[in-house]
Amino acid sequence: MKRVGFSAVSALLLLTTSHSAFAEWGLNMTEGVTRISHEVHDLHMTIFYVCVAIAVVVFGVMLYSIIYHRKSRGAKAQNFHESTVVELIWTVIPLVILVGMCIPATATLIDMYDNTDAEIDVQVTGYQWKWRYTYLNEEVDFFSILTTPEEQIAGTEAKSEHYLLEVDKPLVLPVDTKVRFLFTSKDVIHSWWVPDLAVKKDTIPGFINESWAIIDKPGIYRGQCTELCGKGHGFMPIVVKAVSKDEYKTWVTAQAVAQAAAREVKDMSFAELMSQGEKIYNSNCAACHQKSGAGIPPMFPALKGSPMALGDIDKHIQMVLKGKPGTAMSAFAEQLSVSDVAAVVTYERNAWGNDTGDSASPKRVKDLKDNNK
Amino acid sequence: MSQEAVLGQEAEEHHHGPDKGILRWVYTTNHKDIGTMYLLLALGSLLIGGVMAFVIRAELFQPGLQLVDPNFFNQMTTMHGLIMVFGAIMPAFVGLANWLIPMMIGAPDMALPRINNWSFWLLPFAFTMLLSTLFMEGGAPNFGWTFYAPLSTTYAPPSVTFFIFAIHIMGISSVMGAVNVIVTIFNMRAPGMTFMKMPLFVWTWLITAFLLIAVMPVLAGVVTMMLMDIHFGASFFNAAGGGDPVLFQHVFWFFGHPEVYIMILPAFGIVSHIISTFSRKPLFGYTSMVFATSSIAILSFIVWAHHMFTVGIPLVGELFFMYSTMLIAVPTGVKVFNWVTTMFRGSMTFETPMLFSIAFVVLFTIGGLSGLMLAIAPADFQYHDTYFVVAHFHYVLVPGALFSILAAVYYWLPKWCGRMYNESLGKWHFWLSFIGVNLTFFPMHFVGLAGMPRRIPDYALQFADFNAIVSVGAVLFGTSQLIFIYNVWRTTLGQKGIKATDLVWEKPEGLEWTALPSPVPYHTFQTPPKID
Repeated sequence: MKRVGFSAVSALLLLTTSHSAFAEWGLNMTEGVTRISHEVHDLHMTIFYVCVAIAVVVFGVMLYSIIYHRKSRGAKAQNFHESTVVELIWTVIPLVILVGMCIPATATLIDMYDNTDAEIDVQVTGYQWKWRYTYLNEEVDFFSILTTPEEQIAGTEAKSEHYLLEVDKPLVLPVDTKVRFLFTSKDVIHSWWVPDLAVKKDTIPGFINESWAIIDKPGIYRGQCTELCGKGHGFMPIVVKAVSKDEYKTWVTAQAVAQAAAREVKDMSFAELMSQGEKIYNSNCAACHQKSGAGIPPMFPALKGSPMALGDIDKHIQMVLKGKPGTAMSAFAEQLSVSDVAAVVTYERNAWGNDTGDSASPKRVKDLKDNNK
Repeated sequence: MSQEAVLGQEAEEHHHGPDKGILRWVYTTNHKDIGTMYLLLALGSLLIGGVMAFVIRAELFQPGLQLVDPNFFNQMTTMHGLIMVFGAIMPAFVGLANWLIPMMIGAPDMALPRINNWSFWLLPFAFTMLLSTLFMEGGAPNFGWTFYAPLSTTYAPPSVTFFIFAIHIMGISSVMGAVNVIVTIFNMRAPGMTFMKMPLFVWTWLITAFLLIAVMPVLAGVVTMMLMDIHFGASFFNAAGGGDPVLFQHVFWFFGHPEVYIMILPAFGIVSHIISTFSRKPLFGYTSMVFATSSIAILSFIVWAHHMFTVGIPLVGELFFMYSTMLIAVPTGVKVFNWVTTMFRGSMTFETPMLFSIAFVVLFTIGGLSGLMLAIAPADFQYHDTYFVVAHFHYVLVPGALFSILAAVYYWLPKWCGRMYNESLGKWHFWLSFIGVNLTFFPMHFVGLAGMPRRIPDYALQFADFNAIVSVGAVLFGTSQLIFIYNVWRTTLGQKGIKATDLVWEKPEGLEWTALPSPVPYHTFQTPPKID
């Protein structure tokens, strides 16, 4: 039993002696880069020290008894078994400690719930298994998808530094600006968590949650989905890139132009469609339908040799545009540009020996999409 | 016991001896037989759930996907949780209740023996149904043991319906078991056994039984709502149809939080007995223990949304649930202080049950303290759904509930079968389990604080070292349980080990020790004992 107390206490001491140094080792909660995240970190450390103090006292008395009040040392058992005074004391003291904890916790919580006066509103929408960021006051709206290649996950390639925590398009935010997040979901419940911002909020289909952050310093902050949302739950990271206000303005303008350009319908050759289609397929479709097109039946049907990929091309395009409600097959009309949809449909109809030889034109996709509205 | 009574008892036994062979177990209405079956079912579930934990830890040993695909990984985490909660911990406590409550209160058997038989025999069918989903098209439930909608409704594999019916059957079994416990305790106490003279295990089980009756129907309700959503076009949890996915969580956790105490209150009773016996000192603060247990049970109904701090409940709601949750620390603290004070100025020895009980107090307290941290809502935004939570609830469930069950088996086994277990094997089992359990669950605090979400099949590189340690610890902890199985086997079926005296331990308190021989006969207390 000596070892019990010792290991517990030493492990706790290890944590307390130099928590900032250990933070880099990934032992403790991050202090983060917002005022709120600092407050949360302070709360965490305070309650942690309180717990350590309680543990030291309780386990200390216990250890003392174990050492000195053992039969092998000839200890005689006393017969006391009641004391109202003692019982009252150890009911009241914890109560006082708890009230002491409640005060700062309440203050921080009230602060966290103050969503007023935001300068920027970003809608965060969870999808199986990616995030969509819509800047409500700008013409900027995009999806953010994991970029770690399948080979690294399978272990046939060396893992990169930010393995599983890297995306194609990060959420770009300005520093020193109050950003309000509006959370919702298209399918199941996800949870958007960036430890450095101390923001974790569930995204719930049909409902909108709020939170906010003012980021103190530029940098890249990574997080993950924290609510089990299906098989890709571990593969939908969050990357926030905090930049100066000027950089942010430039970025917004460039994004708006680029997104407008992407919406234009242009003619593409078969080779162009196929190469773009492969890229789009691997980042958007392969998680379920697999890189080989074999799927994981019956949850995720195969595309290789499937009636959908070999049959009527318009039906195929519509499936990609509208999705299949009630399944993991989401509607891609909003997620992909018309040329991306044309490319991915073309790719699915010609890859893995499907060889239909036909191709979907961006224009046809646009016509179908406009008809759907 | 008068002589006629003894003679009468012998005649009775001659007449009503158990059936031979398998039919004895099918037909039995004897609380000891049924208790044994519950305990064996729990052991089987522990092994199955343990194998699933091995699969999880093997996949998480290193970053990358090596062994299983993410969908199967999710099936493993889901089934591991369900099997351990409903198949291992709960039936083990019911098994102990069956064995011990009648002997502790001086009753000849449970009040409703046929219902007792049925409560047990429902379970093998429920678990077969649940486990069979692993072999179904689309796989087993993969939405976590908390089965949040709509992942468990609209997006669930077809096997979810079998899961729902398995839960229904387990619920019926639990409610009947609980009714049986309450009726037995209320009506069959020996003359003179007043409520405030009842052993603490009986008290804690009485309170647990009320919790079960209160919340199992809520669980049945929520799975029935799922069934309606899935098959009958209802929209309880579908916002598009006017429902609310968060409603699911409210109803689930209204069941789920008291459920947590269902899995720990009987443990409080067990360690109270053991610590008192091996400290050779009466339990400190019996009355306050009873009141603390009752207040924990009552508070458990008004804290459920602390599992939901991040779903976006209003500020006032967050504050209410934060305060009410922190309040639970007070009665729980009282219990811990009482145990420590019981040891203080005692005359302690450290047999295996005592070792497990002391480890229970220390490690359960660590789990309780991390629970206090989780109660601080703003900090919970950083802890929620990370490995910090996984560490927390495993600390209260494994070195908490499971250790208390192991302690109970070591403590009462000599009484049940008349032979002592092997003490050095018991000590080996304890120390390996103790080291294994801490190696497994302590580093989870660190990876959780550092940002690793729970229920992910693959993780970022900075979590790799601790995950490797955790996996090694899990293998150590899991395999050490084989020592326990061997020890129990050699003591019972193997008939090895020295014969136990009637008292078994030096100065234990309670009717099962003082009024009954070891091993206990098949029928006990056919005439009630006298209690001063």
